[in-house]
Amino acid sequence: MSSQDKTALAPTGGKTADKVFRGVAYGCGILILVVLAAVFLFLFFRAWPLIGGDQAANNETVSNFTGGKANNFWGYVLPLLFGTVLVSILALIIAFFVSIGIALFISHYAPKNIATGLSYVVDLLAAIPSVIYGLWGGLILVPAIYPFWDWVANHLGWIPIFAGPAANPQRTVGTVAVVLAVMVLPIITSMSRDIFLQTPSLQQEAAYGLGATKWEMIKLAVIPFGKSGIVSASMLALGRALGETMAVLMILSPGLSYSIKLLQASQSQTIAANIAAQYPEANDLGVSVLIGTGLILFLITFVVNFVARKITEKAGA
Amino acid sequence: MGQRIDVNHENIYYGDFLAVEDVNINIEANKVTAFIGPSGCGKSTVLRTLDRMHELIPGAHVEGEVLLEGKNLYDKDVDPVSVRRDVGMVFQRPNPFPTMSIRENVLAGVRLNNKHLSKSDADDLVEWALRGANLWNEVKDRLDNPGIGLSGGQQQRLCIARAVAVHPQVVLMDEPCSALDPISTLAVEDLINELKDDYTIVIVTHNMQQAARIADYTAFFNLKAVGQPGHLEYFADTTTMFNNPQNEEAERYISGRFG
Amino acid sequence: MAEATKKKNLDGAPVIDFDKFRPTRSSEQARKIKDYVMTGVIALAFVIACIPLVSVLWTTIINGAKRLNLNFLGYNMTGVVGGNPTPSGGYGGVLHAIIGTLEITAGAMVISIPIGIMCAVYLVEYAHGGKLAMTISLLVDVMSGIPSIVAGLFAFSMFTIVFGPGTINGFEGSVALSLLMLPTVVKSCEEMLKIVPNDLREASLALGVTKQRTITKIVLRTALPGIVSGCILAIARVIGETAPLLMTAGYIASTNVNLFSGQMTTLPVYVYQEYSKLNANCPAGADASCVTTIPMERSWSAALVLIIIVLLLNLIGRLVAKVFAVKTER
Repeated sequence: MSSQDKTALAPTGGKTADKVFRGVAYGCGILILVVLAAVFLFLFFRAWPLIGGDQAANNETVSNFTGGKANNFWGYVLPLLFGTVLVSILALIIAFFVSIGIALFISHYAPKNIATGLSYVVDLLAAIPSVIYGLWGGLILVPAIYPFWDWVANHLGWIPIFAGPAANPQRTVGTVAVVLAVMVLPIITSMSRDIFLQTPSLQQEAAYGLGATKWEMIKLAVIPFGKSGIVSASMLALGRALGETMAVLMILSPGLSYSIKLLQASQSQTIAANIAAQYPEANDLGVSVLIGTGLILFLITFVVNFVARKITEKAGA
Repeated sequence: MGQRIDVNHENIYYGDFLAVEDVNINIEANKVTAFIGPSGCGKSTVLRTLDRMHELIPGAHVEGEVLLEGKNLYDKDVDPVSVRRDVGMVFQRPNPFPTMSIRENVLAGVRLNNKHLSKSDADDLVEWALRGANLWNEVKDRLDNPGIGLSGGQQQRLCIARAVAVHPQVVLMDEPCSALDPISTLAVEDLINELKDDYTIVIVTHNMQQAARIADYTAFFNLKAVGQPGHLEYFADTTTMFNNPQNEEAERYISGRFG
Repeated sequence: MAEATKKKNLDGAPVIDFDKFRPTRSSEQARKIKDYVMTGVIALAFVIACIPLVSVLWTTIINGAKRLNLNFLGYNMTGVVGGNPTPSGGYGGVLHAIIGTLEITAGAMVISIPIGIMCAVYLVEYAHGGKLAMTISLLVDVMSGIPSIVAGLFAFSMFTIVFGPGTINGFEGSVALSLLMLPTVVKSCEEMLKIVPNDLREASLALGVTKQRTITKIVLRTALPGIVSGCILAIARVIGETAPLLMTAGYIASTNVNLFSGQMTTLPVYVYQEYSKLNANCPAGADASCVTTIPMERSWSAALVLIIIVLLLNLIGRLVAKVFAVKTER
């Protein structure tokens, strides 16, 4: 009976409102596609002089940016890309094992009440703005880490990546990688913690029932279950590290070479930090060049994130 | 050969909560002993104290003795990890490791102690365990397929093969057929009957017909009221339990008047 | 042990000598040690990770507290010369940056929250897992990984192409931030809408209520605390963004309250700009009130203000979710 009342009370405009609302919802869904396309297209248009414009002028711009080290776009962007990937991969390697360790600590080692607090802290740390990591890295970590890197350069200098002498101040790829590792750590930790916690207890009991120690149980049940989650978390972290601007900008002493000498200054630069650094002084054509490098960064992070999500999707299905 | 288990004055706690009170039971070697009783009476809990699995729940602990062939499992110098190797366990729902093949599932326990298992040893062991679990003929051509691809009943027998491959003295089964269809249940019951030649078997079951079919001895657990600790009400050989129980509560439970 | 296996011989099963597989004392010892070692390593990983994280918070608090006072919060950077104190007795402040941050973030909210919620409504209420919806959902995920500097470049390119070269204003920054905020809003709203029990929708529809009214009055109403909390967390995420604002909103010393015209300073950009100044000049023979390290000190204090804002937003977001959550279980 109450349904009768309701129908009677429903405003006559209900149908129209229904249609409008539905249209708006569809529109907003489609808008996501439009926005992504717009990001690509606007960058592309603004970078157009780089492709369709006077190549000699382009090359001169690049040459001006780099003090003559590079004199065409690819000669400019490839070392930057190398620097970006180098720093990000290093950061990922450093963060990966530590993050998995923390995630396991929270999911399987710490007592429950402590674990709740810890995961809360990890979530909060993900929220600290990158400019603060940059400030901390530039003013605190750079001087603090020098003795360590110096020791590494003196004792492990025979490994090419640690070739000395260690620069002082340590505004180097090695230090930046450490800061980026700290920044992506919460991402990997919180995602892998979530998936470790979902390990079916039946699997865990099966391992214990066979006489496994705790670590063996983790290897038998938890890690295989969480594998795809770990991979996709790492990819997301990589995507974040690739695009990180401020921390790199505020710490790294930039260079433009294909160098793997992590402890020496002025070796590499990343695309994102380079854009932020060069942007204020760039002329119109210079901005086009920078946006061209930004477009490449966009495409790379797009692919990395796309792959990461595909992995998650597959694992979830 | 199987080994006997003697439980003396066992109290089981979760934190401060006394879950099961004063259990005394003698489980014969190479026999099947069934635990029956209404839900919440603690029969699964008692079973899980026999291989110290219940300790995995934070705060759970035990008072009293559990003697495996005279040796107390709860002595200070006993490592729960080695207890669980001597006392195998099969769970309510089949739980093969999803990322492993049938073969690797069987070997999972053995590999813990034998890092470098030769291929021929491994092959023999897999065949032996799968034959022991009546599964060999069904899977011998696809040992490298994932264990998770088998039917429920096959998976459960795979889990039994995995448990016996470590060559335990005792196999504990926690309602092993509750997630299986009748035909798979029959296959597992047949298997249990064969296994008792080599192992002592303790099985928790909700199904009284099953207890009557496969058990040599039956223990009836009960609780006075919800929130009260469970206890062992009556223990007898299966024939007596189901035909002529000398205990009023057990008789009422068996004749279907409660639980 | 061998007798256990003899019987099976009849049907062709291999004979296993189980003594061979019995754990030796040393292998058991090795396993135990490995277990202890791994426990240690995992605990160590935790401690190692804590060092930088604690250090970030601790140094920001210690260094930031030094100059954080009402004067710092109440004045902008006009009239600040070198390391000399201003007539008000302070050394410049972040008032203009706080105003800029609030306005630009509010602009980003106005753009991304309605779009984000409606997009989530589309995904959950209308699309029912169609191919288009799957694509959109995936792209939202991918979008959340767009580097912030790319978002800045996008807003910059769009404004120069649409409004002419050299356009810099606060709203441009809002557009850049909304691009970063949108995926977070969509994701959290989507999750919140998904956990609204279907019974509620069916009950309402069965009463003859239109779908639009069902969604606005029942579904969104039920999911409201979660949506609010998700939006607050999304704000917390973008309020600390620096890179996109460097090129879109710019940097000035005075207070600008007009979001649509002129450069605007935000807190993170302020932190960066002060950091880049390194040192302030003091004339020779200046007295002790001239502080050469003042830019760094301002930078730390602004960073502390920023951290406090971000952490407060996080706290509020989580509290909202917890306190106002509608019980959805059964």
